[in-house]
Amino acid sequence: MTQATPVIQMDHVWTYLGQHLVHKDISLSLGRGEILGLVGASGCGKTVLMREMVGIQRPTKGTVKLLGEDLNAISAVQQQQLRNRCGVLFQGGALFSALSVFDNVAFKLRELKVLDEVLIERLVAMKLSMVGLSATSAKLMPSELSGGMVKRVALARALIMEPEVLFLDEPTSGLDPVLSEDFINLLSELHIELGFTIVMVTHDLDSLRDLCTKVGVLAEQKLVAYGSLDEAIDCEQPFAREFFHGKRAQRVFLNLN
Amino acid sequence: MKPSQISSSVNQLLPPIIDLSEIESLPCITVRGNWTLRGLALGAPDLRTSLQVLESGKKEPNWDLMSIEALDTAGAYVLWEAWGMRLPEKIKLRKEHESAILRWQNRSLPSMTERQAPIPLLIMFRKLIEQLGEHLIDMVALLGQVILDLIYLVRHPKNIPWREISATTHETGGRALGITALVGFLIGIVVSYLSSLQLKTFGAEIYIINILGLSIIRELGPLLAAIIVAGRSGSAMTARIGVMRVTQELDALSSMGISPSIRLIIPKVIALVLCLPLLVVWTDIIAIIGGAMSAHLELNLGYQQFFLKLPSVVPLTNLIIGLSKGVVFGLLIALIACHFGLRIEPNTESLGNETTNSVVVAITLVILVDAVFAVLFRGIGI
Repeated sequence: MTQATPVIQMDHVWTYLGQHLVHKDISLSLGRGEILGLVGASGCGKTVLMREMVGIQRPTKGTVKLLGEDLNAISAVQQQQLRNRCGVLFQGGALFSALSVFDNVAFKLRELKVLDEVLIERLVAMKLSMVGLSATSAKLMPSELSGGMVKRVALARALIMEPEVLFLDEPTSGLDPVLSEDFINLLSELHIELGFTIVMVTHDLDSLRDLCTKVGVLAEQKLVAYGSLDEAIDCEQPFAREFFHGKRAQRVFLNLN
Repeated sequence: MKPSQISSSVNQLLPPIIDLSEIESLPCITVRGNWTLRGLALGAPDLRTSLQVLESGKKEPNWDLMSIEALDTAGAYVLWEAWGMRLPEKIKLRKEHESAILRWQNRSLPSMTERQAPIPLLIMFRKLIEQLGEHLIDMVALLGQVILDLIYLVRHPKNIPWREISATTHETGGRALGITALVGFLIGIVVSYLSSLQLKTFGAEIYIINILGLSIIRELGPLLAAIIVAGRSGSAMTARIGVMRVTQELDALSSMGISPSIRLIIPKVIALVLCLPLLVVWTDIIAIIGGAMSAHLELNLGYQQFFLKLPSVVPLTNLIIGLSKGVVFGLLIALIACHFGLRIEPNTESLGNETTNSVVVAITLVILVDAVFAVLFRGIGI
């Protein structure tokens, strides 16, 4: 087994957006099957960091390796193959508004151009059923969906290629607590069943506690804490202290310690 | 974590392979390779048919899945389908691959392909008529709303949206000066050149002034300005209102007690009703200058003679007709742009369609109304 190669490895990543410094010398590595939760203040570059991991944005300096391949050094074809092994769930769902739910989920399968419609239909039905959507919702257009359903469809679309890595940008934002817990449970079940690696950007303390095996705290352009939840809680950086020791956090983590 | 997903690397991916052998006169099917989506994409597309053929043999074969490298939901389905939606009796498979196959066994998935019956032609025609009626009613309602808003604004002059009117005037009028000038100038030159060639053969060179003056001031000026504004500003207005509707900005305005129609539609209507006649004058001037230049070069007609003669051969009525056309066209373009903008639904397709519709309908109606004008004023000013 090639257990040793990490799924994601970032070495000394610096990012400038225009003149603005976003990341200052960030290094991290994530092993297979792990669930990384990235936290940080709004606008501190969590999503940018995730986009760099997926390869839709390039860091100014430093290397990013996804599934052992250096994103800067590989060819377009290899990058395409690599993309097929990742699923991304964008913050707002980013469903194609002109396509129905079914076509949204089936989109990537049809792009492969080798599968026939019967197989595609079965696979989409399976994925929709896995994320808890009924056959009737398959015909709906994205504008007719509720917030929770948009997230589920987006998750089904991210999962359709059976990805090895799943990137989630604020998967629970905008969901009510019940739905949000449902979604976390769903992710947890799918993680056990399909065994992918997850990178998620989140503000949600519950999902950090219940789901994540690793926590990364971004503050002052740096990764101030990276490790288990306990390590993150012990971090002395002001933002991390506030984040993990605020009143809400105290309530959430009360039964942890 | 499944070890099955680890062994595959980007470079070396074994496609799904089926081996047929016979053990003690029993057929034995050994499958190996990557039975995953990516493997299936690499492997033969006729994999499923060959599996079907194997399965449909007389004796139930032994299935050996032990040497499969990776198996995912898609690969499992291909096998599941070949087994006739049930687990075969004689099967050897690895523990970690069980879950992928059980997933198909444990879930009953409803079919999702439902073909829509084609709509009969007559019903389609009826729908078309209904839609047309809907558009007409909506347009009339919009016009009524605009009139009501105007009455309200006359009574409450404090609420007149001056800033928006000024901004829209600048956007639709000021910034259209360049393009209308260019188009007007070129059309003036072309009309003048072609007419002067014809007039020369009759020796009636001096009538170039009548032809240019009448055609540009009465017809071409208003039409050109209106078409350019419909393309330029009409589309922009439709898209803007549409996106504001989609992003719930209209609701936000309403919730703050600000009428979207006064803040968004009225400024556009007023600005276009004001700007278009002015643009018509501007286009007229530039087109006539272009025409005069061409006449000077082609017919050697002096500028002074041209411009001194112009007022006497083109009655003032023509200018008034041209300007009133501008007012009507402006109102028309603004109303149509707003009407289609308010119909945009929250998807990319609709945004594109309605913007196209807005421009097409605006230009068509402008030309139609121009024809109506021509009929109504046929004896006047010539």
